[in-house]
Amino acid sequence: MFITNMKSLRSGIIPLIAAGLALSLSACNKKAAGSEDNEILVGHYGSLTGGKATFGLSAQKGIDLAVEAINASGGVLGRKIRVITEDDQGNPIEAMTAVTKLINKDRVVALLGEIASSNSIAAAPVAQQNRIPMISPGSTNPEVTKKGDYIFRVCFIDPFQGLVMAKFAANSLKLKNVAVLRDIKNDYSVGLANFFVDNFTKLGGAIATDISYSEGDKDFTAQLTAIKAKHPDGIFVPGYYTEVGLIARQARKLGIKVTLLGGDGWDSSKLWEIGGDALNGCYYSNHYSVDDPSPILQKFVADFKAKYKGESDSIPDAMAALGYDAALILADAMKRANSSKPDSVRDALAQTRGFMGVTGTTTLDENRNAVKPAVVLEVVVDAKGNGKNIFKETVSP
Amino acid sequence: MESFLQQLINGISLGSIYALVALGYTMVYGVLRLINFAHGDVYMLGAYFGYYLSRLLQGKTPSHLLDAAAVMLLSMIGCALVGIVMERLAYRPVRKASRLTLLIIAIGVSLLLENAGQLLFGADPKFFPQLIPESHIKLGGLMLTNQQVIVLITAVALMILLNLFIYRTRTGKAMRAVSFNLDAAKLMGINTDGIIALTFALGSALAAAGGILVSINIPGIDPLMGVMTGLKAFVAAVLGGIGNIFGAVLGGLILGLAEVMVAGYGSSTYRDAIAFLILIVILLFKPSGLLGKGQVEKV
Repeated sequence: MFITNMKSLRSGIIPLIAAGLALSLSACNKKAAGSEDNEILVGHYGSLTGGKATFGLSAQKGIDLAVEAINASGGVLGRKIRVITEDDQGNPIEAMTAVTKLINKDRVVALLGEIASSNSIAAAPVAQQNRIPMISPGSTNPEVTKKGDYIFRVCFIDPFQGLVMAKFAANSLKLKNVAVLRDIKNDYSVGLANFFVDNFTKLGGAIATDISYSEGDKDFTAQLTAIKAKHPDGIFVPGYYTEVGLIARQARKLGIKVTLLGGDGWDSSKLWEIGGDALNGCYYSNHYSVDDPSPILQKFVADFKAKYKGESDSIPDAMAALGYDAALILADAMKRANSSKPDSVRDALAQTRGFMGVTGTTTLDENRNAVKPAVVLEVVVDAKGNGKNIFKETVSP
Repeated sequence: MESFLQQLINGISLGSIYALVALGYTMVYGVLRLINFAHGDVYMLGAYFGYYLSRLLQGKTPSHLLDAAAVMLLSMIGCALVGIVMERLAYRPVRKASRLTLLIIAIGVSLLLENAGQLLFGADPKFFPQLIPESHIKLGGLMLTNQQVIVLITAVALMILLNLFIYRTRTGKAMRAVSFNLDAAKLMGINTDGIIALTFALGSALAAAGGILVSINIPGIDPLMGVMTGLKAFVAAVLGGIGNIFGAVLGGLILGLAEVMVAGYGSSTYRDAIAFLILIVILLFKPSGLLGKGQVEKV
């Protein structure tokens, strides 16, 4: 009985394995042929699903728009760019897997991603080990680019963002006593909360209480009740939009009327839907404002609206704008390097100076970070969950 | 004091949801000695049924409360059917197999529902429509919303109804007989297959109610929302003594209160850790749970 079973197993499985191998081999051959087909392969990894989905989806839209424009004007070095996208589900481990796959299987020459800092921090060492340049469009935690000299970003970093919001809270809103509610699972949130606390206390403000939640939590009433008991005149919530929306709603339910403040992790149209009018009069720092009259920005907004007309997010958020800039900066580096070899592209990227993009002028410093101004936006949402951001001020570094 | 009372309310409203979901675990365990790990995912399905139904039904009935009641009733029926199908297809064929087989199948069903949910509903969180417009109720310094009150009343009402059903009806009596001894119940002419299916239906309907009540209060739903809630409800059921209806309610309330008090007064970072630590300590002293009967396992 056992023996016959084994036999049938063998006779069944071995051809299957062989067929599988043959298939994957032929797939590899095709891929190699495809990349010789004069295309430059660039990988994008991001959260296309999950609680941070709009980050990856927006970045993807921005990247697609940029690549379309680049290819329409003849591509780079006479070759077209093709972007291969992997979904990391907003999960650091999946981000590592996605980057490993993009590098080893798809053989991309450069990487774009991630927005969420925890995911960039997890994936960056893989890019570094394989010596593939990686440009993060929107990760603001300082640790990201410390992972190695192949890791770049095209946005400002959190020490600056924390300062911007601390100044705005202390000087523009005249707040004296602010509570902090941070996401303990999230490198971005913890970092930004620390930089805010440092700067706000330096400016003479007091921190009423500093407590935390975990990404994925749904019930924040315990923390908010504890905050309410301290009677702060503002709450700094440097989290991502899904949790922030729920926090705003539950805060208002508990009768907390003070202003909520946050960072660029708030930037998503989903924030308006989840938080609703509980968010009215709240402020966050961001990379750009769609109301900025700069012609290059307005052209981008118009192109974006034309391409994504009728979709739910037809107005580009900051992640879309940063994705767009990141792709253009990568193409620019390839042109200057006159090569798509990862090492040459890395060297050219490190030399990026005064690149005029949608989110302002990008100059990469010796730590491969961009130094850029930040804007402060006010959230306005109507009862139906349709929202917009109102530009309040620009802060230069 | 004011803030303590507010935390008490927060804890009870969280705990009442755990209790509703824990009831399903405990009922199924009572009749089959099976921990139905897919139960948390039925809770998720309930919330999604509610989501699609409220988009369909909202504004079609004369009042908001009627809207909410219709959505809830239909979702409960939907999940009851899911429960029956689940029992028929996944558990009944292997009922005679070892308990471990059943447990593994339960985990399989759970993963199936989670992944099918991500495929069908999309993996991103959805915003649950506001079925009942929010209004605030002020009690001294305490803040309550009408939603919280409705959720609490509904949860308590469902638990009382379930209790009446189990202890005051013939079918309830049959259910208790099956839970006491399946083979003996069968010999007494009880339709045990029917009773087991009914148990799954009732448990799943309660999970659906829990899913909708949570979503009325916290309007963000996603296909993995059942994972953590399911786990905590399971803990609540064990804490109270699995198989015991009152134990499930008690366990749910203790867990909800513990979580809220830890997050409110201790460190929110250790919210779950401390909640589970309480479980371990209680089980060290009362291995069969707070209200569970000590049983000698027959080997």
